[in-house]
Amino acid sequence: MKALSLAPAAIAQPNPQNLALSGSWTARGIGAIEGQLEALHLASRTELVADGARIDALDTAGAWVLQKLLLRLRGEGMAVSISGLRPEFAKLLEAVGQQVGAQSDTPAADARPRASMLGDVGRAAERAFEQTVALLGFVGESALALAGCIAHPARFRWRPMLYNIRSAGFDALPIVGLLSFLLGVVVAYQGADQLRQYGANIFVADLIGLSMLREFAPLITAIIVAGRSGSAYAAQIGTMAVTEEIDAMRTLGIAPLEVLVLPKLLALLVALPLLTVFADVLGVFGGMLMARAQLGVGFVEFLDRFVKAVSITAYLIGICKAPVFAAIIAVIGCFQGFRTKGGADSVGRQTTRSVVQSIFLVIVADALFSVAFSALDL
Amino acid sequence: MKDDDRVIEISNVSTRYGAHVVHTGLDLEVRRAEIFALVGGSGSGKSTLLREMILLQRPDSGSIRVLGVDLQDLGADETLALRLRWGVMFQHGGLFASLTVKENIGLPLREHTGLEDGLIDEIAAAKLAMTGLKQEVGAQYPSELSGGMMKRASLARALALDPELLFLDEPTAGLDPDSAGGVDELVRKLRDLFGLTIVMITHDLDLLWQVADRVAVLGEGKVLGIGSMAELSRMDHPAIRQFFDGPRGRAAQEQEEQQAAAPAGTKIKEPPSKPK
Repeated sequence: MKALSLAPAAIAQPNPQNLALSGSWTARGIGAIEGQLEALHLASRTELVADGARIDALDTAGAWVLQKLLLRLRGEGMAVSISGLRPEFAKLLEAVGQQVGAQSDTPAADARPRASMLGDVGRAAERAFEQTVALLGFVGESALALAGCIAHPARFRWRPMLYNIRSAGFDALPIVGLLSFLLGVVVAYQGADQLRQYGANIFVADLIGLSMLREFAPLITAIIVAGRSGSAYAAQIGTMAVTEEIDAMRTLGIAPLEVLVLPKLLALLVALPLLTVFADVLGVFGGMLMARAQLGVGFVEFLDRFVKAVSITAYLIGICKAPVFAAIIAVIGCFQGFRTKGGADSVGRQTTRSVVQSIFLVIVADALFSVAFSALDL
Repeated sequence: MKDDDRVIEISNVSTRYGAHVVHTGLDLEVRRAEIFALVGGSGSGKSTLLREMILLQRPDSGSIRVLGVDLQDLGADETLALRLRWGVMFQHGGLFASLTVKENIGLPLREHTGLEDGLIDEIAAAKLAMTGLKQEVGAQYPSELSGGMMKRASLARALALDPELLFLDEPTAGLDPDSAGGVDELVRKLRDLFGLTIVMITHDLDLLWQVADRVAVLGEGKVLGIGSMAELSRMDHPAIRQFFDGPRGRAAQEQEEQQAAAPAGTKIKEPPSKPK
C-alpha cells in the first residue's frame, strides 16, 4: 500500500505455463498495466500458474485489475492459480474477488434516460409549466399572508422591514445615484449632436426630462436592486432551506412567508419608489451638466424649459412603475429561494435564476406599461 | 517503510484561540494498526486536535509527526503526498453535492491516478459495496441519502486511495442503533482487512467498548487518561469517572462484561442502548 517509490506493476510471461507478476499493484502503479495485458499471448492452455511473490504492494484497485484478469482467463477456459502471494495480499485479493464476482453478475443499470431532442424540449416545457404554476401559487400564498397581516397588524414584523428598507434602499443610494448620473450624462451626450444639427439645443431638457423620468430612472433602479437585493433574498432563503431552518420555522408554528417574505416585499415597495426619485434627480443633474458642457445650455435656461416640457404626469408615470417592479423583484427573489433543494450548487443556481428572471420580468412589465400608457394617451 | 510502530506522535502541542486555551502541552501516540479513539467533553479540543493531525490547522507550538513525517514546514509536494496516504471521514460527510455518490468516491482516483474511467467506476462500485451500500446508491446525489448512507458513502470516499491511516469524526453520531452497530463492524472489518490505523472522535460508548483498542480522554488541555476502556474504567480522575458513571456508561459497560462472560460463538448481536 505504500507506493511512493516503488516500481510500477508489470506482468511477464517467462514461459507458456507461467505468468510473473511484479511491482506495485496499486492505484498509482497500475496505470500502464492495461497495455501489457493486451500484449499477453495466451493460447488456450488448460493450466496456468501466476507467480505473485514479487508483488511489492497491492491495494484494492490493483487487486481489482488482477481479479478481472483471472476472471477473464478462466472465462477463456483456463485453469489459473496464483502462488507466492504474501498472506495479507491474498486476504485482500480474496475479499475483492467476492466483489468482482458479485458485480459481474449484476450489470450496472444506467438509470438516466437517454437524451433526445424531442425529449429535452418536452422536459423543458414541463419544467417551465411547473415553475409557472408554482410561481402563481407562491404569489397567491404571499397575498394571503399579506391579507392576514392587514387583518391582524400586530402580527406584522416591523423590525425586519425597517432593516430591509435600510439594506435594500438606503445602502443602495450611492450605486443608484452614480449609475443614473452617468446614464443622464450618456443620454445628453448622445442627443447633443443631433440637436445641434437642427439648432434645437434647448430641447435637450425635453430629451433628458422625459427619458429619465419616464423610462430610464425606474428601469435602472429596478435592475440594480434586482442584482443587489433580489439575489441576496434568494441566497438567504435558499441557504435557510438547505440547512432546514425553514422546516424548523414551520414546526415552531412560525409562518416562513410572514417572517421572510412580507417584510422584504413591503420594504422594497417603500424603498424602490424613493430610490427612483433619487435616480430621477441625479439623472437629470447629469444631463444638465452635459447640456452646459456640450450645448451651451445654462442651468437656468435648462430648468426653465424643463418645467414647461415635463409635466407632473411624466414624473408620476415613472414613479408608479416602481412599486410594480419592487413586487416582481421581491416575489421572484423569495420564490427562487424557497425552491432551493439539495446543497450549495442549488443555492447558486436559484440565485442566478432569481436575478435573470426578475430583470426579464421587469423589462417585460416596462414594455406592457408603455403599451398601456400609449393606449391611454398618457 | 518504518521500523517503529508509531503512526502518530504528538508532543507538547499547545493551541489557543485568542485568550481561549485549547491545548497546553499535550502529548499523544497512536500505534500502527490500532483503533484509537479520542473522547472528551465539548470544548475539550478533540476536533481541534483532529484538524491539526490532518493538516487543516496548525498548533501554536509543539510538534506533530504523522506517518513519520513532521507536519511543521511541509512543502506543497510533501503535503500532497502525505494527504494521499490518509483518508478522512467528516462528521457531516463532506460529500460534494454536485456529484453523484459514485463520482464522489471516484474523485480521488480521477485526480491522482492515471486510471481509465471505466476502471475507476468499477473500483468506486467496489468501495461502495465494501462499505455496505447498494449499487443503486452510486447514482444518487448526496442530498438524497439518509444519514447512515451519507456516512458510509463518505467512508467509501475516504478509502478510495487505500489509505494507511483513517480519521473518523463522529462515525456514529446521528445514526439509529442498527446503523451505528453496522459502523462498529465496518470499522473492525476495515482494520482487519487492510491493516489500517484508525483514529476516531466519538461519544458512542458502545463503539468505544466494542471496537476501540485504546482510548484517550481529553480535558483541561491535556490527555487526562489513556488506555483500553477497561483500564480507563478503573481510573479515578473526576472527568473520566463522569464518563463511566452515567446511566449510559453503566449500561454499555455491563453489556461488555456480559459479552466477555459469554462463551465464544454466542456473541450478543447488538447492544440495546445507544447514546444520542
